[in-house]
Amino acid sequence: MAASETLTSQAYIQHHLTNLTLGVHPEHGFGFAHSSAEAAEMGFWAINVDTMFFSILLGYLFIWFFRRVAEQMTAGVPGGAQNFVEWIVDFVEENVRGSFTAKNPMVGPLALTIFAWVFLMNLMDLIPVDLLPYLFGQLMSVFGADPHHVFLRVVPTTDPNATFGMALVVFGLVLYYSFKMKGVGGFAAELTMQPFGKWGMPANLLLEGISLLSKPLSLALRLFGNMYAGEMIFILIALLYGGSMVLNVTGGLLQFVWAVFHILIITLQAFIFMVLTIVYLDMAHQEHH
Amino acid sequence: MNINLTLFAQMIAFAVFVGFCMKFVWPPIVKALAERKAKIAEGLAAAERGHQEKALGEQRALVLIKDAKAAAADIVAQAQKRATEIVEEAKADARSESGRVVAAAQAEIDRETNRAREELRERVAALAVAAAEKILRKEIDIKAHQGLVDSFAKQL
Repeated sequence: MAASETLTSQAYIQHHLTNLTLGVHPEHGFGFAHSSAEAAEMGFWAINVDTMFFSILLGYLFIWFFRRVAEQMTAGVPGGAQNFVEWIVDFVEENVRGSFTAKNPMVGPLALTIFAWVFLMNLMDLIPVDLLPYLFGQLMSVFGADPHHVFLRVVPTTDPNATFGMALVVFGLVLYYSFKMKGVGGFAAELTMQPFGKWGMPANLLLEGISLLSKPLSLALRLFGNMYAGEMIFILIALLYGGSMVLNVTGGLLQFVWAVFHILIITLQAFIFMVLTIVYLDMAHQEHH
Repeated sequence: MNINLTLFAQMIAFAVFVGFCMKFVWPPIVKALAERKAKIAEGLAAAERGHQEKALGEQRALVLIKDAKAAAADIVAQAQKRATEIVEEAKADARSESGRVVAAAQAEIDRETNRAREELRERVAALAVAAAEKILRKEIDIKAHQGLVDSFAKQL
């Protein structure tokens, strides 16, 4: 499973960090990018098929499972699956109740979706790094593709598109509710009239603007950074394989230890994304802070 | 690693999933949880009520038992009183009955005594007359001397 002989370490890492990008290349026309350079050259009008596929698959899995349980929901003695679902919903609801003071029926489902979806996407990190890309490469080679130029990133949250996508939706909601709850004037006043009063308006706008813009940025970059770094370490550990026996054993041990530690990280990152979303929306709902 | 169309596609996917969750997943689960909560609260309240009713019932039972005991003691006392009364009555009856019997016997004895006395008196009178006849050796006109004979007989 390790870096094959024809790949240098650098190429191996590069291979793992390139998305399966579908788009129009200025020279090669419409199709999958054969290298990260080509993917970059496709510009904005390209789509990361792997990110889309895994994120939608996992999101669908989440909705399907929860929907199935919700349909057979009973107020009586719950079964195993219902217990599990109730445990998660209860946990999310408790967090919403603890941090969100206003009334909004959207915040609970939003928080649940974020928590479950981000957790599932992060969970893909625990699948051995080479497994799915290798199988996909072999599959594509059946259709005549060179497996070295077939890319697959299985963890959608290591793609900034996914994390920024979610963060921007949350940011959009923050702006929407800020305008709705405080009014245009109220929101403008919040951005310009504090903390220094009306004579410090430019400084206020600078500070508040930064704090406002930092919300989606920190949401997206925190999740992306954590998952990207985690994946990178898995890739680096995977580089140990294929050498001597000592390296193999060390690699196996390291991978196990990092995977166990990573269970904490993926859960924590999903939780942090959820809690920060709740808190940001709560701030958007409040008249003054 | 490039920001591209995936960003918007992800935003749409995210919004769709949130919408689905909000419409089909969250409400039934939260509703069932709220229902269960209400059910449990109801059950607890019912248990509390049951406890109180049990305590009340126990108290009521205690009062009933006390009353019943008092009533029983009362009845026993009355019965004992009645028993002594009956015994006393029986004793009085027996006493009066025996008095009656004694009186009757006494009367019989008196009657018999009187009869014996009368008989004796008549016998003595006849004997006296016979004796007088013998003594006087002559016939006495019983009619002429009836008063004499009677006074004699009375002196006996």
